[in-house]
Amino acid sequence: MTVNEEQTTISVALEDLLREVEALHADGYRLVQIGCTDIGGAYEINYSFDKDYRFKNLRLMVGPDIEVPSISGIYWGAFVYENETHDLFGIPVTGINIDFKGTFIKSGEKFPFSVTRSGGDRCRNA
Amino acid sequence: MPERIVVPFGPQHPVLPEPIHLDLVLEDELVVDVVPSIGYIHRGLEQLVQKREFTEYVYVAERICGICSFMHAVAYCQGVEQIMGLEVPDRARYLRTIWSEYSRLHSHLLWLGLFADGMGFENLFMRSWQLRESVLDVLEDTTGGRVIQGTCKVGGVRRDIGQEKLDEIHRGLDSFEQQCLDLGDVFLNDETVKYRLQRLGIVGKDEAYALGAVGPTARASGVPVDIRETGYAAYGDLGFKPVVETAGDCYARCAVRVKEVYASIDLIRRAIDGIPEGPLDVKVKGTPDGEYFSRVEQPRGEVIHYLRGDGTKHLARARIRTPTLANIPMLVKMLPGAQLADVPVVVLSIDPCISCTER
Repeated sequence: MTVNEEQTTISVALEDLLREVEALHADGYRLVQIGCTDIGGAYEINYSFDKDYRFKNLRLMVGPDIEVPSISGIYWGAFVYENETHDLFGIPVTGINIDFKGTFIKSGEKFPFSVTRSGGDRCRNA
Repeated sequence: MPERIVVPFGPQHPVLPEPIHLDLVLEDELVVDVVPSIGYIHRGLEQLVQKREFTEYVYVAERICGICSFMHAVAYCQGVEQIMGLEVPDRARYLRTIWSEYSRLHSHLLWLGLFADGMGFENLFMRSWQLRESVLDVLEDTTGGRVIQGTCKVGGVRRDIGQEKLDEIHRGLDSFEQQCLDLGDVFLNDETVKYRLQRLGIVGKDEAYALGAVGPTARASGVPVDIRETGYAAYGDLGFKPVVETAGDCYARCAVRVKEVYASIDLIRRAIDGIPEGPLDVKVKGTPDGEYFSRVEQPRGEVIHYLRGDGTKHLARARIRTPTLANIPMLVKMLPGAQLADVPVVVLSIDPCISCTER
């Protein structure tokens, strides 16, 4: 392999998310990214952290209508990723410190990656 | 009590011809708050991964940005190789490092020119871009492309650099380094430049770390994070150490980039000295089935390509977190306290790449 980086992924329940993130923050991890993946009718949200090049990933699985609590109270800079998650996927993220209310990424089509968007997704492979 | 007004900066502005918009809240000439806005040119390149075969997507990854082009390709290929368990040949690892560092030189010299232009120092701008031309000449000479190289592929690289050309590049580095030292001397020691940049847009080490800042923006605040230290490509063989400054102001961010130019020249020299003979690629069989967060240090900082394969010839997901997106919270923190006239310099100091952000 070209790189030998160990990457840990831990599944978290929605109610445990803030506690797990708080623990990583207290342990000195920096927030690397928050990214979302459509896994067929539901979403997988990855919260990635790093400390001294040790990469940890918290994985949250949510349905399309589930509200996700913001972690911007713990990691202030999380607002960019959380607004992006909302604007591209339509996931309601509650309590973001700077909430752009859908205007952070002004895509031509509202919530382009949403699994519940009406009219289907014309960009997908047939 | 001064009256508060909101002044729009962008989406088009002479100092930053890329569409980012900032709502600047001012009290007289003083910035007290800022609200960023992006998304004017969002291209949906992440979703294109579902329409292109995983080997073809390298071309898309390269076109996310015209400056970080080669390193986007490295990050993508590295991710697919990790999922598929491919061992890239040593010569390919070294060639990737050489082209990556030339890309960094190209990007930093471009930025130094733009930064000088932002300060109103036209002569310094032209001198920086004159030096950048010689970097583009080497890239064109060795890859065929000045901006988009097209040499990185899943499993290795497409082109070699012959020993004669490597020797020529090595010899050319001496005079190039001297010219960079002369240029850097102006950025680091000119009193006018110092007066313009020092104590402007300060963010401390703890705050920069907490905000998740990356690249020269983080390193200028004393956060020693540089993904090259993980040893990807040939960096593990070359004994790399990051450039770190501690002042956390615009001058420190400029100084980190100037010193990284010197560091890149040194890395290229050592990579040429140590490059082994051997094949350029390995045969790619099968399709990727798995996931990986591939990390690479671009000129602006850590980029992440999260790739997920489901065993088909198309990847199921590509999520690209670019360094500018990670540095936007830093920008929001460093602008309050600056004068309106200093806003272009402070914005430029994070080296914003909207093309990368709007992937």
